[in-house]
Amino acid sequence: MTTSTRPHHFAGGPHPGAPAAHTSTGVAAAQATELSKVYGQGETQVVALDRITVEFRRAEFTAIMGPSGSGKSTLMHCMAGLDAISSGSARIGETELTGLKDKKLTQLRRDRVGFIFQAFNLLPTLSALENITLPMDIAGRKPDRAWLDRVIETVGLADRLKHRPNQLSGGQQQRVAVARALASQPEIIFGDEPTGNLDSRAGAEVLGFLRNSVRELGQTVVMVTHDPVAAAYADRVVFLADGRIVDDMAGPTADSVLERMKSFDAKARRS
Amino acid sequence: MLRTALRNVFAHKARLLMTMLAVLLGVAFVSGTLVFTSTISDAFQKSSEKGYANVDVSISQDGSDAPQGRETVSPLSQRTLDKAANLPGAASATGVVSGFAALSDKDGKLVGDGFSTQGANYYAGRDGKGTDARYPMKEGQAPRAEGQIALDAKTAERTGYQVGDTVRTSVNGPVREEKVTGIFTTDDGNVAAGGTLVLYDNATAQKLFAEPGEYTEIALKADPGVSQTALKEQAEKVLPADTEAVTGQKLADDESKAIENSMSGMKTSLLAFAGIALFVGIFIIANTFTMLVAQRTKELALLRAVGASRRQVTRSVLIEALVVGAVAGLAGMAAGVGIAAGLRALVGTMGGMPDGPLVIEPNTVVVSLIVGVLVTLLAAWLPARRAAKIPPVAAMGALHAPATTRSLILRNTIGALFSAAGAALVLMATTVGDVEDAKAPMGLGAVLLVIGVFILTPLLSRPLIAAAAPVLRLFNVSGKLARQNAVRNPRRTAATASALMVGLTLITGLTVIASGVQQAVNKMASDSLKADYTISMANFTQLSPEVEKKLAQSDQVTATSPLRNAYADIGDDSEYLTGVDGSSIGKLTNIDFTAGGWAGLSSGTKVVVDNATAKEKGWKVGSDFTATYEDGRKGRLTVGGLYEGNQMIKGILVDNKAVTPHMSEVADMQILAKTKDGADDEVKEALTKQLGDNPAILVEDKKDISEGIAQMINILLNMLYGLLAMAVIVAVLGVINTLAMSVFERGQEIGMLRAIGLDRRGIKRMVRLESLVISLFGGVLGIGLGIFFGWAAGELIAGSGLDTYTLVLPWDRLGLFLALAAVVGVLAALWPARRAAKLNMLAAIKTE
Repeated sequence: MTTSTRPHHFAGGPHPGAPAAHTSTGVAAAQATELSKVYGQGETQVVALDRITVEFRRAEFTAIMGPSGSGKSTLMHCMAGLDAISSGSARIGETELTGLKDKKLTQLRRDRVGFIFQAFNLLPTLSALENITLPMDIAGRKPDRAWLDRVIETVGLADRLKHRPNQLSGGQQQRVAVARALASQPEIIFGDEPTGNLDSRAGAEVLGFLRNSVRELGQTVVMVTHDPVAAAYADRVVFLADGRIVDDMAGPTADSVLERMKSFDAKARRS
Repeated sequence: MLRTALRNVFAHKARLLMTMLAVLLGVAFVSGTLVFTSTISDAFQKSSEKGYANVDVSISQDGSDAPQGRETVSPLSQRTLDKAANLPGAASATGVVSGFAALSDKDGKLVGDGFSTQGANYYAGRDGKGTDARYPMKEGQAPRAEGQIALDAKTAERTGYQVGDTVRTSVNGPVREEKVTGIFTTDDGNVAAGGTLVLYDNATAQKLFAEPGEYTEIALKADPGVSQTALKEQAEKVLPADTEAVTGQKLADDESKAIENSMSGMKTSLLAFAGIALFVGIFIIANTFTMLVAQRTKELALLRAVGASRRQVTRSVLIEALVVGAVAGLAGMAAGVGIAAGLRALVGTMGGMPDGPLVIEPNTVVVSLIVGVLVTLLAAWLPARRAAKIPPVAAMGALHAPATTRSLILRNTIGALFSAAGAALVLMATTVGDVEDAKAPMGLGAVLLVIGVFILTPLLSRPLIAAAAPVLRLFNVSGKLARQNAVRNPRRTAATASALMVGLTLITGLTVIASGVQQAVNKMASDSLKADYTISMANFTQLSPEVEKKLAQSDQVTATSPLRNAYADIGDDSEYLTGVDGSSIGKLTNIDFTAGGWAGLSSGTKVVVDNATAKEKGWKVGSDFTATYEDGRKGRLTVGGLYEGNQMIKGILVDNKAVTPHMSEVADMQILAKTKDGADDEVKEALTKQLGDNPAILVEDKKDISEGIAQMINILLNMLYGLLAMAVIVAVLGVINTLAMSVFERGQEIGMLRAIGLDRRGIKRMVRLESLVISLFGGVLGIGLGIFFGWAAGELIAGSGLDTYTLVLPWDRLGLFLALAAVVGVLAALWPARRAAKLNMLAAIKTE
């Protein structure tokens, strides 16, 4: 289990094809300032996110944790440009997401963000390779061959490329999803419970790849999870409760995360 | 279970909407047909009853035992009329004389179509000073002398003629100039149906339509209290030979029956097209229910798990279908009434039918409902059974119920067998010489082949849609995904495409046949005639011989020949001899002699005979035979030549010298004429002028003839297109439905695609292209099958005597049909594509 908080010195040094933005250190990969998300109006109003300010640093693996309904998925959706925010600001790199039209937002997701979902990550009609290159296909770009080979090698799918998703195991499918997210060399990858549907062994495999991608390829990863073991793979854990950030832990271990979670639960019960 | 079923109907109302529409359209077609035909029948029957209101007994020629082809002189004289008028129980007797009369409009053109342009007498009583109860004058006076006429009010309105105008009419040749003295209203059935009626004074009408002093019919009105039958018995006592008395009731009944018959023919053919639309609808309904069942797999499995029996599950799906069918049936019936009302208004504005209320018979309501429910139940039957087979364990299964990947091997084998048998039967039928014998196997073969191809469509979908890949590649990732989505569920794609295929097969087949026939007829007209013009009556009755004489006087005309029909007994058979001008006919026709020739024809002792007749009679060049003419005299004729007959010229041709002396009334069927300057507008005008700008006479060049035929074929074709449009519209609903369901099913995929960067346009394009691919697939299959059937039916047509028939592929139209399929695809995708693009991305990617 690693405790490194500044993963600037990952093994192998920066890959020539690694995300370009990663070399300019000043700006965070993604950043929220006073971000609020409110559903409904008047009496039925629900505040999902309450003036959140947070920064996801480059080449860092961040986990967002919190109990159900804490707003962790909403935060991810808002910061990834999947959902509109009510007030405040959300940025990818130096690009402000609020006010972007759907078209620009779609382009931004396509070119600068990678996604891994809990399920329905892959198109059943496409082969594994086609799924991996899908974002580039959509953009009409040719994938960087050397980078692609390296990604495929990293996730260990070289002999499965021709297979259709239904011929792959759940773990393999999710590895394809990881490869897809990495292949387009996005500035940041968002994962929404990427191991939620996997057994612990397959889950560990996928999380291992994500961590390696941060260390070895200099990738930035933000992952929503409710599993302390998964969170322990991250460099940093941000805890959410009732739409607010309640803690920020560096170098987490499964035990420390679990402890922290328990204390929140206790607090919640007392109040 | 009932409650579950009902709740499902409401829960899925958006998705069931298309199904309902499909059923609704088919049912609307059925009920529209029924309401429209019963409305027309009713209107015509009322009108014919009204038309006979003034007739209790009618005395006319007894048509039944008049020998065929022999002109019987009208035996109804003024004396008979007087006698009839004095019969005990007769209130009045009206002499009727009527026949064809052409009226020209202000531009000199014939009013109406030639078959419904009638002329009759205004019978003003014995003294000529009374009024004719049949024709009450609305304006002006009844015609009292030659040169005066009255017009029916509808015609007056249509042409704009008013009392005091001078109009041109013609009965059998010469043009008459008449003054309109009156405009009348009438219950005459012909006028009610859009015909024209010109009334002459009694003497003039007799001169024009019969002989002076004679009538074609006597209409008796009974005294109050005297029954029609009693009067008829009285009338029979004074009947001259060869005439009969019929009660007005019977005439009205006969006419009703005739109307009923012609309506039932129309009804049957309209219902056949409604049947096609419903058949197409079945595909769509079956598809919808299959998809609904697949989507509800977990729900149905849960029902099974908590104890519902298979039968209960089946029943719940069928109840759902029943509700859909009943609602759609009711709505369809209402829509049908609307369609019928619209049609009636349309026909009404064209003046084609008498006024009358919309008639909705109880039968119509019952049939519409039953059709709606039965069709829906039938289509939902298989999906319902499939629903029952869902095991209870599926409720606990994975998120995605695995798609039924049952092997297509059995299906493909059956499809191949059907297709092969069907194609073989059709091919075999084309080699059978006799058309009547070939019809049954060809029909059966066609049905088998269509079913076979339908069964095979899932198999065909892959290679055919793969063929579109190079084009789809132009659309990048959207095209690629569209292609893969289209072949993802071959059964569903097949059912959707098949619905479109059925309509396009029929449309293409009919078009191919029509093009071939049109070309064949054109060819026949131009090949067999050297004459530049044919002259005939507008209603194709006989022309006065004066017309030919007048025509021959023109400087333009270099050769003419009348065509006369003369009836004669040859051996034991009755035959028509066609009388021609033996000296000029060779210049006017272009026929292929297989032996002999025109030589000697003008002598009046020789004939030329087509091969078919010669074969039947066993004649060769030089054979001679005796003809017994209609006046009983005999003549000896020798065969001078044998030729290959066609639809334009066939049978026994003989010089007029031989037949004219024996004819009781000399008249020409048609005149062929060759002109110095050939066929052009000026010559045509000159000829028309030479004949006195006569509205009753048609002067046509070959182009007119073929254009006339082309127009007829086109009208027919357009009507068929219109009727088949319903089947295509239903198919469009099917495509919409399939796409909407696919979009719904693939919500999560679409959400994921949006998340990783496919923009709304890309999503829309993906759905549109999928729709386009499916539609074009159906289009290609339909057009292919249509061409095959068109070819096969053409072989039969060619074999049935239209020798000039060859296969014509109207590429422009076929291209248009393919474009139509594409348009169908694009239109059908409008709504589903919008829906897909608007899909809430977050909701879609959130897991359950």
